[in-house]
Amino acid sequence: MSRPAVHICDYGSGNILSVERALEKVGAEVIRCTSPEQLTDVRALLIPGVGAFADCMRGVRERGFEAPIHQLVEQGKWVLGICVGMQILATRSEEFGITNGLGIVPGTVTQLPDTAPDGSRLKRPHVGWSELRRRSQPWEGSPLEKIDEGTAAYFVHSFHLVPDDPQDLLADASYVGTPVNAAVRKGRVFGVQFHPEKSGRTGLAFLDGFLRLVETDRG
Amino acid sequence: MPKHKVRLIARLDIKAPNLIKGVNLEGVRVVGDPNVQARKYYAGGIDEIIYIDAVATLYARNSLSDLVRTTASDVFIPMTVGGGLRSIQDVDTMMRSGADKVSINTAAIRRPEIITEVARRYGSQAMVLSVEAKRLRGQDKWEAYVDNGREKTGRDVVEWITEAVQRGAGEILLTSVDHEGMARGLDIPLCQAVTSVVDVPVILSGGMGALEHALAAIEQGNADAIAMAHVLHYNKLTIAAIRTYLIEHGIEVCRHDEGVPA
Repeated sequence: MSRPAVHICDYGSGNILSVERALEKVGAEVIRCTSPEQLTDVRALLIPGVGAFADCMRGVRERGFEAPIHQLVEQGKWVLGICVGMQILATRSEEFGITNGLGIVPGTVTQLPDTAPDGSRLKRPHVGWSELRRRSQPWEGSPLEKIDEGTAAYFVHSFHLVPDDPQDLLADASYVGTPVNAAVRKGRVFGVQFHPEKSGRTGLAFLDGFLRLVETDRG
Repeated sequence: MPKHKVRLIARLDIKAPNLIKGVNLEGVRVVGDPNVQARKYYAGGIDEIIYIDAVATLYARNSLSDLVRTTASDVFIPMTVGGGLRSIQDVDTMMRSGADKVSINTAAIRRPEIITEVARRYGSQAMVLSVEAKRLRGQDKWEAYVDNGREKTGRDVVEWITEAVQRGAGEILLTSVDHEGMARGLDIPLCQAVTSVVDVPVILSGGMGALEHALAAIEQGNADAIAMAHVLHYNKLTIAAIRTYLIEHGIEVCRHDEGVPA
């Protein structure tokens, strides 16, 4: 069975080999796009991202991806942002001063606190496996549908996206007792702070769930 | 102090094209195909994989990138790669091949600036300092070795690690040369000596032969992660059994989704 193609927005933000392989593993055809002209017949768009927020936004703008991403969202295409690729969906980031994002998910990217709820020092970045918990948005009809609450995913980050409307939050995770926002949803746009391509079977189940939404085109 | 979840890591020492296992990092035996083993540990629920090229420094080469690339096609968990990485270009090659972190020993001893260079380029979480520690006879001190425990450096392990963390090392792969391959337990005093002075995660390696060895390393040594080779390569313990045992003893480990095919 051939599954839908996923266009990857390759705006120069580092290694996307693992996410390509993970998508292929769950049966997707992967189309790596280094320029907006390649964004034709898009059903699903994946926005990766590692490093600094401002560098990623600059990459997206300089390569001319900003307007096409907005168009795809308006056309109701399925979008998935991963890590800093999720963060740039927000209105703005506080990393190294204020930088504007794409403004697709209203909210602010803020630094994780340096202190845990019990007063102990919280190490940053948050690196490692943390368990996903349900928040306002239902997991049913989302890529998390087939994943059990309490399953761990792999994170590497110091900032996270805090949506203006808490209703947009799909999942968070507990990092030594500190809540870390793990997944957001705005219509057909999803963002995850964790790395599905490094989260073992849970990550593959998530990508599989994303493809299922694209296939059925409901939700 | 509340801790993050303890990670269980499979360590695969490579002498291309084979997975090998030594005793005290020497006396090497061929165990099998590293990619097959990596896939097996991944399917079994390991949290991370470490590949170390055991002979790269010796022959001034590095041949691991093809293996890393192959593994990255079907192993979807964090992968650390080390052994013979001498320059930022070597690091770039590994990261492009699918590595998430690199571990560096010899090159960092010879030119500590490489630690900062890697940390600036990829973040400190990607810069794992690998330390081969050998106890000084009759003392509670350890000396750092290079080239798989063959060559002394004259550096005190705790001092060296403290310096490396200041330079940007985000994690320590701490291997006891004395305990490695013996399967008689991990080096708890060594781990205590390191975890009491730095607050980056410490992966303790060398000597895991039984369930209680892991528990002691975590409870007494304060290890953040355990790297295992012998017990996994020789099918002495399963990852599931180790995980269950640790949970029963009150240790927080990751829960992976068992309902989804790997």
